[in-house]
This record gives sequence, C-alpha cells and structure tokens, in this order.
Amino acid sequence: MASAGLAPPTPVARSAPDRSGAWPLADRIAYWACWATGIGLALLTLAIVVFMLIKGLAFLHPALLFESPSADIKQSATGGFLDPILGTLLVTAIGIAIAAPLGVAIAVWLVEYGRPAGLARAVESSVEIVGGAPSIVLAIFGLGIFAQGFLGFLSQTAANGSVYGRSFFAAGIVMALLALPLIVASTREALQALSPRLREGSFALGKTRATTIRHVLLPSVRPGIATGAVLGMGRIIGDTAIIKILLGGLRIETVGGVPVLGLLRGTGSTLTTYVYEFSPAGEGNSPQKAYFAAFVLLLMVLALNGIVTWITLRRQPGGELPRKRWMDLWRLPAWTR
Amino acid sequence: MDRDSLTYDVEAARPARGGRRAALRDRRVEIVLGAAAFAVLAVIVAMLVTVFARAWPSFSHNGLAWFGPGGDVDAQIRAMQQLQPLPGHSIYWFRAWPLIWGTLLTTGLAVALALVIAVLAAVFLTEFAPAPVKRVVDPAVRLLAGVPSVVYGLIGILAIAPFINSHLISQHRKESVTYVVQLNGADLTTATLILMVMILPILVAITADALESVPAAWREGSLALGVNRWRTIWRVSLRAARPAIIAATILGTARALGEAVMLAMVSGGRGFAANPLDGLTFFFEPVRPLAATILQNSEGLSNQPVMHTMYAIGAVLLVSAAMLSLIGWSVRRRLGRYGIQT
Amino acid sequence: MDPMMPPPVRRIAVDRDPHVAPPRPSSNGAGTGAVALPLTTTRPPAALVRERMSLEAVWLAYGENWVVRDVSLPVRQGEVLGLIGASGSGKTTLLRSLNRLTEITEGAARAGRIALDGQDIHELEVNDLRRRVTMVFQQPNPFPMSIFDNVAYALIEHPERGARRRRRSAAMRDAVASALQRAGLWDEVASDLDRSALRLSGGQQQRLCIARALAANPEVMLLDEPCSALDPISTAAIEELIVELRESIAIVIVTHNLQQAFRVADHVAFMHLGELVEYGPSEEVFNQPRQQRTRDYVSGAFG
Repeated sequence: MASAGLAPPTPVARSAPDRSGAWPLADRIAYWACWATGIGLALLTLAIVVFMLIKGLAFLHPALLFESPSADIKQSATGGFLDPILGTLLVTAIGIAIAAPLGVAIAVWLVEYGRPAGLARAVESSVEIVGGAPSIVLAIFGLGIFAQGFLGFLSQTAANGSVYGRSFFAAGIVMALLALPLIVASTREALQALSPRLREGSFALGKTRATTIRHVLLPSVRPGIATGAVLGMGRIIGDTAIIKILLGGLRIETVGGVPVLGLLRGTGSTLTTYVYEFSPAGEGNSPQKAYFAAFVLLLMVLALNGIVTWITLRRQPGGELPRKRWMDLWRLPAWTR
Repeated sequence: MDRDSLTYDVEAARPARGGRRAALRDRRVEIVLGAAAFAVLAVIVAMLVTVFARAWPSFSHNGLAWFGPGGDVDAQIRAMQQLQPLPGHSIYWFRAWPLIWGTLLTTGLAVALALVIAVLAAVFLTEFAPAPVKRVVDPAVRLLAGVPSVVYGLIGILAIAPFINSHLISQHRKESVTYVVQLNGADLTTATLILMVMILPILVAITADALESVPAAWREGSLALGVNRWRTIWRVSLRAARPAIIAATILGTARALGEAVMLAMVSGGRGFAANPLDGLTFFFEPVRPLAATILQNSEGLSNQPVMHTMYAIGAVLLVSAAMLSLIGWSVRRRLGRYGIQT
Repeated sequence: MDPMMPPPVRRIAVDRDPHVAPPRPSSNGAGTGAVALPLTTTRPPAALVRERMSLEAVWLAYGENWVVRDVSLPVRQGEVLGLIGASGSGKTTLLRSLNRLTEITEGAARAGRIALDGQDIHELEVNDLRRRVTMVFQQPNPFPMSIFDNVAYALIEHPERGARRRRRSAAMRDAVASALQRAGLWDEVASDLDRSALRLSGGQQQRLCIARALAANPEVMLLDEPCSALDPISTAAIEELIVELRESIAIVIVTHNLQQAFRVADHVAFMHLGELVEYGPSEEVFNQPRQQRTRDYVSGAFG
C-alpha cells in the first residue's frame, strides 16, 4: 500500500548477521567447533540408529516375535523373543499400576495438604533420593527384602526353606520405585502450575478440598500425570539391572498352579536382560538375536519419548502452546531449578 | 484461564448431605493420602536402613582401609565366594580401591569430555544453527537420551571394543603387558567414550535451556557494543548460565556413577587399577567401576560375605549420589549472588 | 487536509546549515511544548558542528511490512538529534538501523544509504561499526558482572592499537574511571567497583550503561528512550549528561516525551507511520511547525 508518489524500492538487501569470517582467529575456531559438534552429534545419532537397523533387521523373522526362546548352543535353535517381550510388558504394567496411583497420591498430598511440614519435607527428600539412586542399588535392596521368609508368597520357596526372592512381583514392585519419582515430580509440577483461581472458585462454591481434588484438579492435570507415567514407563523398559537381579531366567516360568498369581510369582526375562544374556557379556551366543532384540527395545523407548513430546506439546486448556523445553524430557530434581 | 473449557463437573461434586459430613470425608481423604505418602516414606527409609545395615559388616571388618588399595579385587571376591579366606585375612577382607579408581576415572573423564562437547553443542543449537539444521539436530540429541543402556553396552562390546582391539592396540603393546593383564579392547577408552555419549543429552538439554533463558537484553546490549556473537556468548550468556551448567554437570556425574549395565558389558571384566604411569597403555587397560561390580556379582548374593560386600558398594554409591545433590544445592545457592536465574 | 493521507515528504537538503529561528511568543496552539525551557539556549557555533552520519532515502522493512519509508536525515556531532513520533512511527527502527542492530532480527530488509563519515555502514565490518556507533537501551541492561567489568567490557573486546588490554592494568582502570566520570556515576560507585552491577538503582544502572557505551570512545551514541523507565531526578541527571556529551559525540535520541525532546534536542525529526514529516531546529518544530500533522502531534491531538 504505497502512498502517493512513494513506491518501495528495489533492490532490497535482507538481514545479514555478522559474518564469522571477519572475527579473530580464536573466535572463528570456536565457531567452527560448535558447528562440528552439532553436526557430529547428529551424525552420531544417525550412525547408531542405522547400525542398529542394519544389524537388527539382518536376521529379521516376523515369526521370531512369537516364538519362545530356548537356551541352546546352536544359534539357529535359540528361538524367538516372545517371552522377553511379554516379560517387558508384564513388568512395566505392574510397575506403573503400582507407581501411578501412589505417585499421584503423594503428589496431591504434597501440594494440597502437606501437613505436618516435617513429614512433607521428609517425603519430598526421600522421593528425590530414590530418584537419584542408581537402579542397581534399588535392585539389591529389593532382593534383600524379597528374600525374606515372610515374603515368600511373592516368589518361590525352595525345599530347604530359603526364599528365592526373584519374581515378576519383586521386579514389578521395585520398578514401581523406579518410576515413582518421575510421576510424583510430573504431577506436582502440573498441580502447582494450575491457576489458584481454579481452587478458589471451587471452594467458593462450597466444595471440600477432597471433592475439589477429585473433580476439578485431577482432571486438569491429566497431561502431567500422563507425561510422568510415560516417562516412568520409558525408564522401566530401559532398565536392565533390576531385572537381572530380581528376575532370573529366560523363559517365563510360572510357580504353583494358580493362574495369575502363578505368573506373577514366576520368573522370566525382559528384552533388556535378553539382550544382556545374548551378548558376549552373558552367555554370548547369538549376537544377531541380541541386536534384533535391542532394536525392538530401541523402537519401544523412542516411541514412548515421542508420546511424551506429543503430550507436552498439545495445547493446554486455555489455548496456550507451551514452550518446547528440553527439560520436559526429564523430571529434574528440585535443586536444579 | 477459561474455566469453561476445563473438564470438571461441579454439580456431581456437590456433597450428598450437609457440611459436617463432607468435612469429615475431607479429613479422611487427607489421612488416606498422607498414609500413602508415609508408607512410601517408610519403604524408602527401610531401603536406606537395610542397605546401610547390611553394608556394615564389610566396613567394620575392613575399616577405612576398605577404600584403599591392597591386592586383587577379583581374588578377594573369589575367596568370599568359595568361603575360603585368603591367608592371613578375614573372610571379609576387601580393598575396593581399584574399583573406586575405575569409577573415578571413567566418571571423571566422561564428564569432563561431555561438558566441553555439550557446551559447544548447546551454543550451536541456541545461537549458530540455522532453523532447518536445528530442526534436525535437536531431535537427534533427544533421541540419544532415549537409548537404553543395554543397547549402548551392546554396541560397545560388539562394535567398538573389537574395533579398538584390532586397530588401536598393537600386538606389541598386548604382549608387553600379558603377564599382568589382557588387553582386548574392553577398556577404559571404550567405557569412557560410551559413558560420555550417554550423559551428553542431559548436559546439552540443561545448558541449551539455560542459554535460551538468558534475557535477550543482555545479548542485544553486548552486540550493540560491537562484540561479536561468539564473544557475546562466551562472556555474557555462558557466564549467566553457569549455575545451570554446574547443575547439569552434577546430574551427569550422578548418572555416570549409577551406570552399571553398560559398564559391566564393556569395561573389561577385571577389577584392575589402570595406571596412568603406563603411558598410552593406560587408555587400553581394563577397568571396572563400582556399580558394574555389583551387577557382575549379582548371582552370588546368597553368599553372606559377598552380599555384605556388595551392599557396602551400594552404600558408597548411595552416599555419593546424595552428596552430589547436596553439592549441587549449595552451589546453586551461592551462584544466586549475581542475580542469575535459570 | 485529509488526516488519513500522509503528507508529501519534503526532501531535506542535508548540507544546509542549521540556523536558529528567532523566538516568537507561542500563539497558535503549540501549547504544551512552550512551557518547558530548553536546557541550553545557545547553540554551538556552526564551525564546531560537523556531520558524522547521513541517512539518504532509507527504507526499512520487517518481512513485507515497510516500517520506515524514504527518510533522509543528517546526524551531526555537536548537536543532539531528537526523533519524535507516536508508537509505531518507525523511529526506534530507524535508530537501530544506524548501528545495524536491525540485522539481528530475522527477515529485516533495507534500502537506501546510511553513511558514517562518508562510508556506507554496510561496507564496514559490523562489530567495528558498533564500536563507533554505540547504543543505550530503554530498559537498563547491565551485564551480570561487577561495575568495573561492565564498563571494561567493550574495552577488553576492542583493544586499541592491537594490544589486548589486561583486565586490571592501570590503563584499564583509568579508562573505566574516566568513562564513569563522564557518565556522572563515578562519585557514587568509586568506593566499590566490584559490586554487582545489578544492585544499583535504575537511574544508576542506566548511567552505567551510558558509561559502558562511552568507554569505547564512540563517535555516535544512540539513545532509545533512555529515561522512560526512570524517575524524574535520574531523568534530569541523564539529560544534563546528554547535553554535555554532545560536544564530543553525535547523539541521536528517540523519545516519547515531548518535553524531554524540547529540553534536550537541538534538531528534531518528527516521524509518522514510517515517514519523515518534519525536520528542523527544535524551536521551529515545536513552536512553529510547518506541517499540520506536526502541529497536531506537538499539541497533543494524537500520540
């Protein structure tokens, strides 16, 4: 829309940030180092994915996904991945089934009630300690607990009275400890981010805190809870140490005759221990199977990460698009903020 | 926030009967939730108590020398497993120094390398990368964060270690040390490199976030004074992001400390204290950090002395993780002086 | 005249000598500006005023949107050039183009010529240019460092005669002290230069930013509404500072505050919707504006 007698001119020069070519040498080196690092990291990721793809798909048999593995010297007879896949799903399900309600309960209590203050701080700190503890420590702790006599119903008891201590129950419960801090942190953040007007509005209508939580707050923080749960799932699926210590074996073996309970008391493997066992660090006989299992594992975890990104990027009620922050991918301990 | 667009149903939440009943119900809910929190607290405290209680025998029999050098760690563990004490020592005799040294080496080197690379990468992502390049590199680094440790371990032991074995370690070098240790590519270098890649995403993420949060006014002000983009970042943005970088480093260190699986697969299976005085061979010597040791001995945990020793190692790991958090917290407080926010 | 149709732009002859219009009692409603007195009633003699920068037919755009249209102005050392106009008139964009700060925004485009001492600024190295043409922003933005480090910042980055100055050398300390003195901040901070700059008050921070801009001995200083976030006392201090500095530095100030423009500026350029409506000595523009638009703006009819 040009005014009388004035037309925008041509040629027009576009913006040009200061060219690094004119900088002193040291700065130019830094500039190119940054570029090299960035591109290098991207290439590294590409290399890892392509490598896993090639190695993993080299021996791809869709049938393998539905066969049970068997221990055998000959690689061709070692069967498929059915049991590890089922094992992964089972352990994850148990873990999240325990961690999610507990985690939400703790988060709600911390944010909405939190009395007495000393107890609240203790709970907060202990959840963070668990979040920072290496999973191997959680694993040996679990073994210690579940090998006690009175918990024999959760796994098997040998003839001489010693409790085996390893089972899906045991692994699942310790996995819940692993996922708990993520769910607590995620839910807490979401609750704290809610506008106080929401609570005030509900109280002004005469509703109690409990009903407010149940009918107003929790539905609003569903994305936060979902994020925490998915992050927890990612952590559980990717963990090897706990499974290795708390779930011996390869195939799913049930204990006793009771249908579901027998399975939960039984042992098996997950994709992670499968990869471990079939690599040179374990029995070491089928690197190709290990690659394929690792590839499946990688896909699962990446899919979960993708879900987290999708959840956090969706428009929140209120219509604002949250800024895509790196830190959404983890729930970092409070002292980093 | 537009209240109407939220999904809640106030009508359904109306208490069926009068105020006092509802208040009681409220109190009950609070107690139930509090009980859940308390239960989890109890479990966690039980965990801490168990770990330290079971670690105690190992420490009490060895004293502070537990942390020191003295003999072959593998031989000591074997002796415990066979319930045959080594001559002149108790069954609990254990000198963890090679393991501790291995942990310090791998963690320290990995974090140091990762820090440099992460800062460069974060600067690249926030400042220099044109939008299309950023759209590719950003998800790539996030992807690295999602790879499970066992996959890293697999790649390490099946691809990287053999590569190093055949191409970087000469036959001559192997022969020169065969009487002490086998060099087979599963060593300090492999472990450190992969550990570095594992902690990179955390460092990059936190640093990039912090750099993006630096107020634009500072950047503009610096550019307006004629300082080029790199110097601006170096002298203003990175300086402002210092607390975040420190926090990221501490988090990365905690992550590296706790890494058991990848290191167990990759780091050479032998509790050997790599000796920097060996020159270049130092980089190819096997090393086994603390967490990996627990994993590799996880079969024999029914054996009392072994169990106590492994719990002792676990206790050391727990305390280190807690101390790192504490350090992080106090550093963050002190750097708040110049008014830098993250 | 239809107020929606912008007036034809008068081409300014940039080498015309500035002259003073004889003061006349304000009669035709240019009301509010006449109450304040300019800070100096004398102009520097014509011989001491020299042109440092010239804008010739400058057009600036963000994306497809032309923000500045065909503006031509001189910037002279020895006088203060005030840019006034309503929000969105393009005065800030014009200011930022003088040290190429518009380039850090994506999609900024330009046409026309801006020259510093005769040289097109787009042919100069940009960091060099920005050292010679420095800028002070609306919100004080001291870096999160000590006061000393803030003022020494540009000096360390642009050492003179090729030698990189050490941070604590005597030469550096002298340079910092003199910059702080020129900015009128020395007396208040000399006791502790290592204090964090963020602890200073708003007015002190802004003077610190001015000191920082002065430290590198610029030839032109650009001020983007420097007092809008400050209280009247700090504002007065900074305005006095500006008038002192104009002898050695060409100063361009963008301001929303008409009284401030009247107090401080020697020449005033009034912009509206990207076009230069009127340019002249400040008495003329405020007391006897030639354009109706100017008259309207200056009397507060819009803005």
